[in-house]
Amino acid sequence: MKRLLLALVVVALYASHQDFWNWRTAYPMAFGFIPIGLFYHACFVVACALVMWMLVTFAWPSHLEEEVERGETKKEDAH
Amino acid sequence: MIPAIVVFIYLAVVVYIGIFAFRKATGKEKAEDYFLANRSLGPFVFLLSLFGTNMTAFAILGSSGHAFNNGVVTFGLMATSSALVIPLTIFLCGTRIWALGKKHGFMTPVQIFRDRWECGHIGTVIFFVQAALLVPYIIIGVMGGGTTLNVISGGLVPYWFGGAIVALVVMSYVFFGGMRGTAWVNTFQTILFLVFGAIAVVVIGAGMGGFKSAVNAMLASPATAPLLTRERISPYYFFSYTFIPLSAIAFPHIAIFCLTARKMAQFKKTVIFYPLCIMAIWLPCVFLGVMANRVQDVPQIRAKVEARRVLATQGKTLPPEQRDQLREQSAGDDTLLLLLQRFAPLWLAGLLGAGIMAAVMASDSQILALSTMFTEDIFAFYGGKRRFGEAVQVQTGRIFVILLTLFAYIVALQAPESIFELAIQYAFSGYAALSPLIIAALFWRGSTKWGALAATVWTAFAVVAVAVFHANVPAPAPGATTVCAVIGGVEALTRTPGGTAVFGFMPVVPMVLVSALLMFVVSLATRKPHAATIEKYFARA
Repeated sequence: MKRLLLALVVVALYASHQDFWNWRTAYPMAFGFIPIGLFYHACFVVACALVMWMLVTFAWPSHLEEEVERGETKKEDAH
Repeated sequence: MIPAIVVFIYLAVVVYIGIFAFRKATGKEKAEDYFLANRSLGPFVFLLSLFGTNMTAFAILGSSGHAFNNGVVTFGLMATSSALVIPLTIFLCGTRIWALGKKHGFMTPVQIFRDRWECGHIGTVIFFVQAALLVPYIIIGVMGGGTTLNVISGGLVPYWFGGAIVALVVMSYVFFGGMRGTAWVNTFQTILFLVFGAIAVVVIGAGMGGFKSAVNAMLASPATAPLLTRERISPYYFFSYTFIPLSAIAFPHIAIFCLTARKMAQFKKTVIFYPLCIMAIWLPCVFLGVMANRVQDVPQIRAKVEARRVLATQGKTLPPEQRDQLREQSAGDDTLLLLLQRFAPLWLAGLLGAGIMAAVMASDSQILALSTMFTEDIFAFYGGKRRFGEAVQVQTGRIFVILLTLFAYIVALQAPESIFELAIQYAFSGYAALSPLIIAALFWRGSTKWGALAATVWTAFAVVAVAVFHANVPAPAPGATTVCAVIGGVEALTRTPGGTAVFGFMPVVPMVLVSALLMFVVSLATRKPHAATIEKYFARA
């Protein structure tokens, strides 16, 4: 369930990249000089970093690390 | 000349880092030490050098040039799609590639494919397609170096000499330092660019009298107001671009780099901070590229704006050759350098020039990756390592570095830069179309070597087909299209001013989808690898 939710968050983020509503306007200007389309995508990048944090925190493939550690322990034992 | 002297000092530092890495190496004759830094990179170096590896001349100079002509759309088009897709693929695939490398000693993606799908020569076919798509990067790196040194020195350093210096410097630190030297240099370069990129924004902004007035002036002019919106790019084109960053994980230098981390935990910070690093570098480059349109007192920039205006107003009545000439004149790849020359004091222009050189020289990773691939996938696979030993293998890798750099330099002197810029565009699409290989190998039990071969052959065919189409159908004037094929009343194949459209999308979309479909259908119809092999990759604890 947790992984499904995270997958949905990623899909929603991907869909929000296509912000057609900002296509033909520069207004409102963020901080008085950043067109809204550019500001939206700067915020999108911050959202990407947050989603990556969620993935790393809640869906980290720790079994891969464990497999590698087990393999290394076996190698050391064999030596 | 002062900026050029600063750049030369920077180049000397870079060579020293390579030599220092060589002296620090503990197993100089070991392939794993030379090609993968003994799989020992720490979190800081891993993040910054992986990021630096992706920041090529094309990314830095090309992004500001693209923004100069197309506006703020460049950031969403090239940067933010990468900010989502690249860290996601590193999280999903990079961690698995790292684990396989640690467990089974793999050093290249082709080694994984050969083992995963129990194949030999099909791996060789994949190697050749990967290598053919990678070589243009190395050549454009040398060309970019020559051009940058020439511009920074005000023409005092000729193009051939600048290119030779850059080729020699890159060759030296890759030759001596291998992966360790390359990673350290990339880290140094990324820090340099992050720091001086921020300074560049402040200095140029102050020089222009503040961005607020520049933006207001742009909005007041019908010629420049569209640059602050996205109306020059179609939503289909914008969507298509999200497929391009799939190329990152299929690039051999990125996949190989994933094998260098000491621990898997090092991927955590990389995945989280990668989007923010992209913003820190791309946002200033794109914004400054757009703002350059307001710089009226630099003759070169004025000439570019005028060429663009003629192309837009009279393009439809001009012959294709003249349109191409105007396109070349309006190209903005040197915009960032021109802004630095205009607004930055000499010493700062030198430091910023060094930062740009850092990005231009990102071809080091590709050179090392090709060397690793050649020595592992060809030399070692066909018996060289068994017959001559590991020390000879490493020496072969070093000789390959010299020969490849020499080749790139000679080609860079002979051929026009535009050819390789185009080749790089095809290469991005080509590598994106190869991404189903790595995804299928890591996540789908049912994938087979024949599915991989079908996807690889399709990729090679599609890249050549798009290149031939581009070469034979002249680009139309801005705002116009040349329809070449119609299916069921829908425009199926169109030549656009900026490239090619297939059902309105960039070629990368059908290339990736057909590649994935071929991998799926052909794999379903052919024999799977042995159960033991599949278990090796998919067994759960």
